Amino acid sequence: METLVNLSAQDTHAIWLSIKVACGATLIATPIGFAVAYVLAFSRMRSKALLEGVVNLPLVLPPVVVGYLLLLLFGRSGFLGPLLQRLDIRIIFTLAGAVIASAVVGFPLLVRAIRIGMEGIDRNCLQAARTLGAGWWDVLLTITLPLSGRAVLAGMTMMFARSLGEFGATIILAGNIPGVTQTIPLAIYEYTNTPGGDRMALNLCLVSILLSFTVLLLSEAATRTMRRK
Amino acid sequence: MQLEVDIEKQNGSFHFSASFSLSASRCGIFGPSGSGKSTMMHLLAGLQKPDRGIIRLAGQTLFDGTAGINRASEQRRIGVVFQHAHLFPHMDVRGNLFYGWKRTAAPQRRIAPEALIEVLNLGHLLDRGITRLSGGERQRVALGRTVLACPQLILMDEPLTGLDEELKYQIIPYLKKVFAEFAIPLLFISHSLREMRLMTEEVLVFKDGSLQAKMATEELARSSMASGGYANMLSFGRPKLAGDLWAYRWGDSELILTERGEDDDNLFELDARDIVLFKRHPEATSARNLLTCRVAGLFGVNNRIGVELVCGGNLLVAQIVPESVRELGIAPGVEVVAVIKASSFRKLL
Repeated sequence: METLVNLSAQDTHAIWLSIKVACGATLIATPIGFAVAYVLAFSRMRSKALLEGVVNLPLVLPPVVVGYLLLLLFGRSGFLGPLLQRLDIRIIFTLAGAVIASAVVGFPLLVRAIRIGMEGIDRNCLQAARTLGAGWWDVLLTITLPLSGRAVLAGMTMMFARSLGEFGATIILAGNIPGVTQTIPLAIYEYTNTPGGDRMALNLCLVSILLSFTVLLLSEAATRTMRRK
Repeated sequence: MQLEVDIEKQNGSFHFSASFSLSASRCGIFGPSGSGKSTMMHLLAGLQKPDRGIIRLAGQTLFDGTAGINRASEQRRIGVVFQHAHLFPHMDVRGNLFYGWKRTAAPQRRIAPEALIEVLNLGHLLDRGITRLSGGERQRVALGRTVLACPQLILMDEPLTGLDEELKYQIIPYLKKVFAEFAIPLLFISHSLREMRLMTEEVLVFKDGSLQAKMATEELARSSMASGGYANMLSFGRPKLAGDLWAYRWGDSELILTERGEDDDNLFELDARDIVLFKRHPEATSARNLLTCRVAGLFGVNNRIGVELVCGGNLLVAQIVPESVRELGIAPGVEVVAVIKASSFRKLL
């Protein structure tokens, strides 16, 4: 138990940052993920396969590659660089960068979970709602969203857990700056590269396990409440 | 209801076309599966878009291909009762029932929810989750949900197909009561002739994606005499006990049946082939019903002849072969005796 108490200021910072990044990434990605999952589940457009491929790319690419591609996109000389500079927004080596990296890497998991849930919805229920006078938004909010609620929650859990563990893309896009972008995995990486840092690394590992476990338990509890309803 | 339709739709290799106008308040769409009945329902409800043509309901244009009008489903005010209830699983019975009602503008809410809940006998189920309903209850909720949206027209897509025989005939009185009480025009889709006869006055017959004919339901029933036989549908009041059997009043005469009807209104089916015609009164017979009738008319389908009989103000159809017609000299105006066994009647409702 003693090991858990002996966290340095840098460690607590890393833990807080991890939680912030995971929350931020999940909150940003969920609405977009819901929209993409909706398109994949319900639309009959021809370019669906292409969209599906692009969405799933981060799942099969090494995270480092994803991080590098993001760097090319957001970097000073990157695709969006000039625009971001004019707006005075910095992504690289900032918390925002860490959030974006996590969001992109976890996105396929989020979309997959929500999509499976949506595909399980009875299409005739949606049609019935329309013949009962509900417009598109009405059906979305009163039928589709509640019926895919559990899947959304499952997706968010996956996303959150994946963000807690994100390393490769984060270190490339956001760097490893203590107190700014150093999340738990990055801090562990630093400890293992420091002579005599093993014990500190182990502390953070335990925290990481505890955190992930808590997320899973909370999600399980929430799912059960929804099912009971 | 005034419904005018002239549409075409290509669905893969399936071509659908229909052109008709309807004014009867209870109409049927009849045909085997794959004949385009469901396509018709989807096109009318706005769940599919026709390739060309027009759909007009009660003076309003719902679809017009050339003018580019295509009213959304939610604006058509055409209710649909699907084959399987398709209730919203995340709502209780009340939530399902009032879903359409809440989305109906106040001036159009011409049906009182309490009255409908009473007719459908759903009062005790209102707070129940829909997973805890029986098949028949689910279908009643689905019907109630559609009726409460106060539509101008209700489409029912084989609403009884998923139910077993017994349940089917428990639902029909509810259906009849709802449509009689709330005066909503009905378009009833089914491949069952018996359901058609119970629910509709006029039918559109579809085959291979196109409209074949529009006729009175009775005419459809008679035309299928050669294939499935013709069934007389007889409605009786409460019976009296007559020895071991039950006596029902039927117009001026009385019929003796083996089956007991427990309601105020009992519907029985009598196969036209189970009626035997005699030229003179047979003195002794094991059959319990001997009715003196006058022949009103004859109609032929292949080598079967349907004989329309008037018995004490009621109409009955007997099916015989052409040879019997000749031998007995059956012609309009002739008097014959119809003999029916007490066990020939099959209780439907």
